[in-house]
Amino acid sequence: MLEFDDIQHFLIARPPALAARYEFLTFRQPVGGRTWLTGIIDKVGTAKAIGSSELDSRWVAVAFTWSGLRALGVAEASLASFPEEFRQGMAARAEVLGTTGANDPDHWVGGLTSPHLHAIAILFARDVAERERCRQEHERYLSQCEGVEVLSALDLEAIPPFDSVREHFGYRDRLSQPVIDGTGVKPTPGSGPPIKAGEFFLGYPDEDGPPAGMPQPEILSHNGSYLAYLRLEEHVGAFREFLRQHGENREEQELIAAKLMGRWRSGAPLVLAPENDDPHLGADPQRANDFSYANMDPHGYACPLGAHIRRMNPRDTAVNMQRRKMIRRGGTYGPALPEGEPEDGRERGIAAFIGCASLVRQFEFAMNVWANDPNFHELGNERDPIFGTQDGTFDMTIPKRPVRRKIKGLTAFTTLRGGAYFFLPGIRALRYLATLTNGG
Amino acid sequence: MATQVMPKRDLPQPPTVASSRENDWTKPVAMAIPKEGYFELEQGRYGPIFPKTPACYGFSVVAKVKAGREQAIRDYGTKIEEAVKGNPSVLAPLKLHYLRWVLFDVGSGLHFMYQGIFDTDFDKYLEDAVALFVKTGITTVFVNLEGWPEDWKTNLQAVINFFREHQCSSFLEYGEYPYVSADEIKKALKLKASFSGMLDLMQ
Repeated sequence: MLEFDDIQHFLIARPPALAARYEFLTFRQPVGGRTWLTGIIDKVGTAKAIGSSELDSRWVAVAFTWSGLRALGVAEASLASFPEEFRQGMAARAEVLGTTGANDPDHWVGGLTSPHLHAIAILFARDVAERERCRQEHERYLSQCEGVEVLSALDLEAIPPFDSVREHFGYRDRLSQPVIDGTGVKPTPGSGPPIKAGEFFLGYPDEDGPPAGMPQPEILSHNGSYLAYLRLEEHVGAFREFLRQHGENREEQELIAAKLMGRWRSGAPLVLAPENDDPHLGADPQRANDFSYANMDPHGYACPLGAHIRRMNPRDTAVNMQRRKMIRRGGTYGPALPEGEPEDGRERGIAAFIGCASLVRQFEFAMNVWANDPNFHELGNERDPIFGTQDGTFDMTIPKRPVRRKIKGLTAFTTLRGGAYFFLPGIRALRYLATLTNGG
Repeated sequence: MATQVMPKRDLPQPPTVASSRENDWTKPVAMAIPKEGYFELEQGRYGPIFPKTPACYGFSVVAKVKAGREQAIRDYGTKIEEAVKGNPSVLAPLKLHYLRWVLFDVGSGLHFMYQGIFDTDFDKYLEDAVALFVKTGITTVFVNLEGWPEDWKTNLQAVINFFREHQCSSFLEYGEYPYVSADEIKKALKLKASFSGMLDLMQ
């Protein structure tokens, strides 16, 4: 039985927020950090409250880096019980993740590679005006907590059209999310069976059996999750220019965009709509995921083998999939670039969190293999066309009869501007952390 | 009757074709490998990545057999044979070319060698491989080996450590048709079979 009253709401369900602010914090002294935490715990939403009348227009989630746990006073023995990859942090794992070149941590912004990055406070708000009120309130609160400072912050807000969730390239987003066993949510057709809670929350049975090897003490790890944070800049001007170069008319350009993603921008999957877009299909959750690859499109004539969604969720063309699923959260930042407008040089993109119970088995596998392994599906020289580390030397193969189309030297449409690993504790764990004394 | 061997220089040479960055299957390649097992340290999820060689990826895991367990290991050879007969794709996730299981004793007790040649970097798919080992019962071979973690059912990291610690890197690997994957070979044979069938129909 999932403890909905102890698990932070963040990975269970989304509050009805159209805006958010991420504040990256440092604790100059443990007492200040614990004071801040003590005062904010009551604002942290639980999974239980998300469906109740307690729902407020304001909502907070808090998570900590490994050095943040140390800065709060967690004992060395306890710190050592956390997994190696979390202890190292995302920047140190860049080679494993394949985030090299322009995506290298040397270029990241916001102080995210600093050992002084200790925590993140995610402030959700119903709209931008409410977010501003939250920001001011948190600023006032921080001023009362000695030694707690904001290293950097990022404002997020939904972009038009507001009738569906879109990212800056115009693709419909949030179409495929795993369903957690025990939440009572029924998976949509094609989404696969519910996944054991232990794949996302520590202390529960996972797809392999009972929980084992959890960080200690149990009160700290139980109901917690790991988060991989990614700030991914989207080069909308370069993306649109690429479509213009590779498609002679609007229809061809839309098809190229669909081939890169594996779905039309409406969300309609190419496997079910290989020739023409079908916006009604894309908007229908009962149909938009109801497909597979091994039998329906084994050679990628509809959805290329290297398309983004085929890499990030190979469905029935990979094994052990129930142990690779992750929960994605986050949203868009930066202003939308209206269609037809030239690139304005302003940063815009997606700031996302990947939630899981094992960073190395779930998130790092996805980055290392699905996103950045050039030989994934024996493609030889390709990476994820949207999300992979591109430097102009990789290709994109689009299977086609009678002759396939190969795009050489794919443009980088995205750049990783920052990332970090966090631990998202349960409410009891937050109270435990708030009452620590130095050295545990 | 022995087949007549043509002098190699007289053999028709296939065109030089490179199907990926490193791959020219027409030229045999030998590769000497440093003691560490890799040329440059490239960090994988669980440790250094071992390079793809002309003989593709692979490993040679060598471990001492626990006293009195030889027959249990030998018996498992038959079980794998039956499993593959029953479901030819049971080992497909490993992307194997070949498996060689060897028992030997050169004076320091009985040792088991599990040598696999495959097409994927083992580090990338370690969890999938371990899951398959559990599903097919290959782990029942490993429990007969010294050093195999007692808590292997719940401690993936310990299992991974066992493989990495008992891996003996090659110092030479050779490929007559270097870097070619099993899938590519199967595709070529399928194409050849299709052509043969077509030509037969045209007789």
